[in-house]
Amino acid sequence: MKTETVLREIGAKELSGGAAEEFDGVYAGDLLSRAMSHVGEGNLWITIMSNVNVVAVASLTEAAAVVLAEDVTMTEDVLEAAREKGVAVYTTGLTVYEICAVIHSLSEKAL
Amino acid sequence: MAENVTFHFDVDGENFTSAGEASVLVKKKLRQLGLSPEVIRRVSIAMYEGEINMVIHADGGTADVTVTDDEVIIVLADRGPGIPDISLAMQEGYSTARDNIRALGFGAGMGLPNMKKYTDSMEIETELGVGTTITMKVSCKDA
Ligand SMILES: Nc1ncnc2c1ncn2[C@@H]1O[C@H](COP(=O)(O)OP(=O)(O)OP(=O)(O)O)[C@@H](O)[C@H]1O
Ligand SMILES: [Mg+2]
Repeated sequence: MKTETVLREIGAKELSGGAAEEFDGVYAGDLLSRAMSHVGEGNLWITIMSNVNVVAVASLTEAAAVVLAEDVTMTEDVLEAAREKGVAVYTTGLTVYEICAVIHSLSEKAL
Repeated sequence: MAENVTFHFDVDGENFTSAGEASVLVKKKLRQLGLSPEVIRRVSIAMYEGEINMVIHADGGTADVTVTDDEVIIVLADRGPGIPDISLAMQEGYSTARDNIRALGFGAGMGLPNMKKYTDSMEIETELGVGTTITMKVSCKDA
């Protein structure tokens, strides 16, 4: 699915650019060692965690982008680490559930 | 590859801003060496979890990675408190992480289980009050 379409539909704001054009799966969750094994390469990772360890996990898993829910943002030093590692980060006012629901209905439409 | 390639890292204790840095670097190196994405992913996950454990549970340590023709060997050594009960520590969900650490997203108790799951072998040597050394091997031959 096109990353851009989802980002538009959930009203996402870019904090660190460079999201992969397409993503091919989604993981939602905040515990890092669970995310580490479940965020697949090219997946969107939806979370409310925003410290620098999120950047390390997103970089190691090669997530397509990190989407922060509930208007969570990252501090400037964390964003700097994200840009340096090429990790794309977006934020939206929607909850994790609402984001997942939007992605789900988009994927149903695409079928 | 004619010669083995080795990397050495000192991992800072309680430094969460650079936690995972060694794993990110190793990943980059393995990619340059042309290892398969699957092997790189497994090494990255296992090494990251071990590196983070040294940071949050053992006040830092060292990481040594050796790449041979057949496998990637990761040795993580620390002088932390040691692990009193390895089989308990290996259980999914078991964690002694403090609240301030959990607030950062650690403490699922999945680190050691992930290390076991994503490597072909894992050995833990630990002595209370002396430290812990974990040796993990990932075969380069795709299963
Ligand atoms: N290097 C170490 N030195 C001392 N104790 C350790 C070390 N590594 C792990 N432990 C102990 O084993 C427990 C389980 O480790 P594990 O990595 O599975 O979970 P965690 O680190 O607590 O949480 P998570 O990895 O999911 O964020 C830890 O809570 C800690 O008590
Ligand atoms: Mg751990």
